[in-house]
Amino acid sequence: MDTIQSTLGQVNIASVIIFFSFVAITLGITYWAAKKTKTTSEFYAADRSISGFQNGLALSGDYMSAASFLGIAGMVSLKGYDGLIYSIGFLVGWPLVMFLIAEPLRNLGKFTFADVVAYRLRQKPVRIASSVGSLMTIVFYLIAQMVGAGSLVNILFGFPYEYAVIIVGVVMIAYVLFGGMLATTWVQIIKAVLLLSGATFLVIMTLAQFGMNPITLFEQAAIKYGDAVLSPGGFVTNPWDAISLGIALILGTAGLPHILMRFFTVPDAKQARKSVFVATGFIGYFYILTFFIGFGAMVLVGQDVVSSFDKGGNMAALLLAEFVGGQFFLGFIAAVAFATILAVVAGLTLSGASTLSHDLYVNVIKKGKTDEVGEVKVARIATLIIGALAISLGLIFKGQNVAFMVGLAFAIAASANFPSLLLSIVWKKFTTKGAVASIITGSTLAVLLIILSPTVWVDIFHNPEAIFGLKNPAIISMTASFAIGIIVSLFTTEKEAADKFEDEKLRTYLGIGAE
Amino acid sequence: MGIKVDRVNEILNSEKFKDLVKKRLSVSITLTVIILVVYFGFILTIAFYKEILAIKIGAYITLGLPIGISIILFAWILTGIYTRWANQKYDKSVRELRNEILEK
Repeated sequence: MDTIQSTLGQVNIASVIIFFSFVAITLGITYWAAKKTKTTSEFYAADRSISGFQNGLALSGDYMSAASFLGIAGMVSLKGYDGLIYSIGFLVGWPLVMFLIAEPLRNLGKFTFADVVAYRLRQKPVRIASSVGSLMTIVFYLIAQMVGAGSLVNILFGFPYEYAVIIVGVVMIAYVLFGGMLATTWVQIIKAVLLLSGATFLVIMTLAQFGMNPITLFEQAAIKYGDAVLSPGGFVTNPWDAISLGIALILGTAGLPHILMRFFTVPDAKQARKSVFVATGFIGYFYILTFFIGFGAMVLVGQDVVSSFDKGGNMAALLLAEFVGGQFFLGFIAAVAFATILAVVAGLTLSGASTLSHDLYVNVIKKGKTDEVGEVKVARIATLIIGALAISLGLIFKGQNVAFMVGLAFAIAASANFPSLLLSIVWKKFTTKGAVASIITGSTLAVLLIILSPTVWVDIFHNPEAIFGLKNPAIISMTASFAIGIIVSLFTTEKEAADKFEDEKLRTYLGIGAE
Repeated sequence: MGIKVDRVNEILNSEKFKDLVKKRLSVSITLTVIILVVYFGFILTIAFYKEILAIKIGAYITLGLPIGISIILFAWILTGIYTRWANQKYDKSVRELRNEILEK
């Protein structure tokens, strides 16, 4: 089946060494961070000591997953231009975060985005609802990452799936448990630097094969596989499908709990703003790189070979690395892909832990009253719970087609988390019942419709026809969430909440009283 | 740093503060609409007028290629525009208002 010589599938010494070095260094950093992680502010928000630039790098490290690196490069290698259309969707959510969310979030909240949603409203019901939306997003995202980690190791080295899941799980628990947000931030920063440099190097070495002229690369692709690879193909067939996916990606980015949580690590709103500028730049650059990597793999490795290793093309970037840089470079890129997974799951785990401890334990069960030491302890216990959950889910879902779960996570983020967050910031008349209704509507519809969609109903349950025609539910679930949130709020009045809105403006816009 | 409580309502109702909020909302909404129009415009062009992006501008290079890459750059430039406006204009007004309301 593999007509090209590739060492994929055999243990790669370079990869093992580089990966374990990454783990060793980051665990060392965790040890350093642990000494500075005693208070809640340190555990959840690195004591607000992260600079705008550092946070921008960390945000990009938190966001760029192995799935986007390998998956998009793979999609470009097999389908060409369509991969770029997909990438663009993942990028344009970031400007939205900057224009609508970043600064008010940092000013109004303390550690989690639920702080902001519940700011003027009744804590208990809103916290519970927000936590549901948050945990659902995190769980689906985690499943996709853990299963991805296991399969990656399996395809790369023939190593048992279960070992990979357990190793990833144990290491990321260590980062968060001992080093909290400080360690997580630095893991994400290091990973971002590795990923961006590795990908840059890969592109340079690829272009070198084409006289450093990207146009030649594209031309060769068209010559080899036809003009169609340079223009949109079948990706956008149904406009409603495309719009719905676009909505999920754009609004979902502004509703991802692990991303939003990062905004509390910087000292003020201005640094929060800067972080988004930096992150958008790096992430945009990254997607341009993956576009070139995909085409490089298409031309130099060939579509047949790429798909022979994995039907989705996920090995494209690795095969290209091996082609231009030998086993060593293949090993380096593979190690970086792992590091990438570690950085993202650490962020997800910390976010999940903060939802359990800060949102649910402190603000619902303990009604806002705890002591520092107690809360940090609960946060650590929550970390273990989420970590154990991540490992279990990774093992349970072995072999399952979980690619749709990232789309689902984004859809839930766009439908449950984003509408309530935005309305809480900008609308005086938003009420507790409106917030809860909006979150429940958004999350329920998102999950229900995706189950009934071709992605699950047909592809996974093997029914002949889908009950809900769109692959992504966001256009319906997001709209319904906003509509219900608005309608219910108009029918219920909450004078205290409306009164607080004006005074709150001092904090929202001037940062007075921000924590 | 305490708040001069008696000045709170004065500030909240002042022209200066109201202008700040209005300007901020209008900049945010405008830029949001721009990026949404650009992105969904791109998507709908692909859905209905795919051929436009397939137009050749070289021996093989299509119009779609520079357009796609430009959208990525544009998204980043827009965040830069917002940041520059906020750093220069918005932050200045914020500083002035904070000085009026916070005790030294």
